[in-house]
Amino acid sequence: MIINLIVHFCLLILMPPLLLGIINKVKALFAGRRGPPLLQAYFDIGKLLRKGMVISRSTTWVFMAGPVVTLAAVFCAGTLIPLGRFAAPISFTGDLVLFAYLFGLARFFTTSAALDTGSAFEGMGAAREVTFAVLSEPALFLVFFVFVRLSGSLSLGEMLHLAPAGYVSGAVAPLVLVAIGLFIIMLAETCRIPVDDPNTHLELTMIHEVMVLDHSGPLLGIALYAAAMKLFVLSSLLLHVLQPFKSGLAWLDWLIFAGGMMVIAGTIGVVESVMARLRMNHVPHLLVAAIILCGAAFVLLVR
Amino acid sequence: MPNLVNTILVIVLALNLFALGNSRLMSVIRIVSAQGVLLGLLPLVMHGHITIAALLAAGVGIILKAIIIPSMMLRALRDADIKREVEPLIGFLPSIILGALATGFSLLFVTLPGLADEAAVSLVIPTSFATVLVGFILLTTRYKAISQVVGYLVLENGIFIFGLLLVEALPLVVEMGVLLDLFVGIFVISIIVNHINAAFSSLDTRHLVSLKE
Repeated sequence: MIINLIVHFCLLILMPPLLLGIINKVKALFAGRRGPPLLQAYFDIGKLLRKGMVISRSTTWVFMAGPVVTLAAVFCAGTLIPLGRFAAPISFTGDLVLFAYLFGLARFFTTSAALDTGSAFEGMGAAREVTFAVLSEPALFLVFFVFVRLSGSLSLGEMLHLAPAGYVSGAVAPLVLVAIGLFIIMLAETCRIPVDDPNTHLELTMIHEVMVLDHSGPLLGIALYAAAMKLFVLSSLLLHVLQPFKSGLAWLDWLIFAGGMMVIAGTIGVVESVMARLRMNHVPHLLVAAIILCGAAFVLLVR
Repeated sequence: MPNLVNTILVIVLALNLFALGNSRLMSVIRIVSAQGVLLGLLPLVMHGHITIAALLAAGVGIILKAIIIPSMMLRALRDADIKREVEPLIGFLPSIILGALATGFSLLFVTLPGLADEAAVSLVIPTSFATVLVGFILLTTRYKAISQVVGYLVLENGIFIFGLLLVEALPLVVEMGVLLDLFVGIFVISIIVNHINAAFSSLDTRHLVSLKE
């Protein structure tokens, strides 16, 4: 029990940058390059943490708080979500609302820090971030509705552990729709390619990168790390839908979980390699499609 | 097997929405051909056992819908040398929402008495109805001749799903006849597309109203 808790925290803290490494490796393979080493994201974050910081005189404490609060909020969300077949460290009835709004809090502070710099570009990024969040949040709640309806429970732990039972009881169709919807939500929330391009530094096309443009040194490192952890938490949510198998052996289940996360990261890499970023005014269409898919899943369950 | 059938059907529903919301003609064509492949697999998994007739129908269907028709359309697109964007009459978001309404309506209300209790087919009729409706939406809200062909294909996919219920009873000849019709239809439309393009140097069907005598 205690060992599982320790593994949970170790994975939550140590694994996120590895996912970024896998995504970049897959993209490099598709482009015919050798690509940066798998652990490059760890090196980057380590290097940034050792550097000095330049902070604009026009900013206030909000600018400093942005990445820190974001990381804290995402970490708390990570303690609420069960990884693989194991129970979450913290679990209570209704924690799904806290889970969703911890991301809201993280977003609020990221965008506030961006607005705090007074830069026009960062304001633009903040505006885009919240605009798309308006659409991805209801989609996330519809996903939770489907799980609640399937399991009859309001706590993330029970809800997500019961979801695979749907594969036996014939609720596969809604779960497939939810998986597609959740994948789109994940790409939007973590600013991956069809929605945002994490590699460009072109002010007109990006969302997340533009908001952390003024952060440097340790703050930028924390922002990068928080983004990676967000990817980790949302992928583990998606993995609950995709991977219903349970071996019974603790170490094997952890291995299956880690393997599943890597497969999801690889899939994101493939999507990023074969798709172009959507034009900014077409992003809402994708997100509305996600809402509709999750809504259709709910309709399928209740009809 | 019902799980597999339902999985394929909901992916078909999702592809409907993506076809409505996509602005690039090439990707819309690819989405519809992916839908064709999925539907081609359906007769194989639907009844739990594989017959030679089902295998033949699936093979011909997949080859036609995944390779021949898309390549014909892509070729027409290349020859016509037009802007590769869908021009919708009512915007992408309204068409997605219309498609969603059609899907929701079909899921909630469309059933066929006598068949509806069977778990294996409970999604077949709503999906087929929703796909036909989405095909209509694509047909009526797009200006370019090529995107109307896509709508026609989606419409045919919907009818194909409905025909799956009868796949045991329907002779292979009828199935092949339908596919031949489709093939000829697309073939003729591809030629028409070229002629519209030659006459008006665009594929906008709104120009067709100015045809006289």
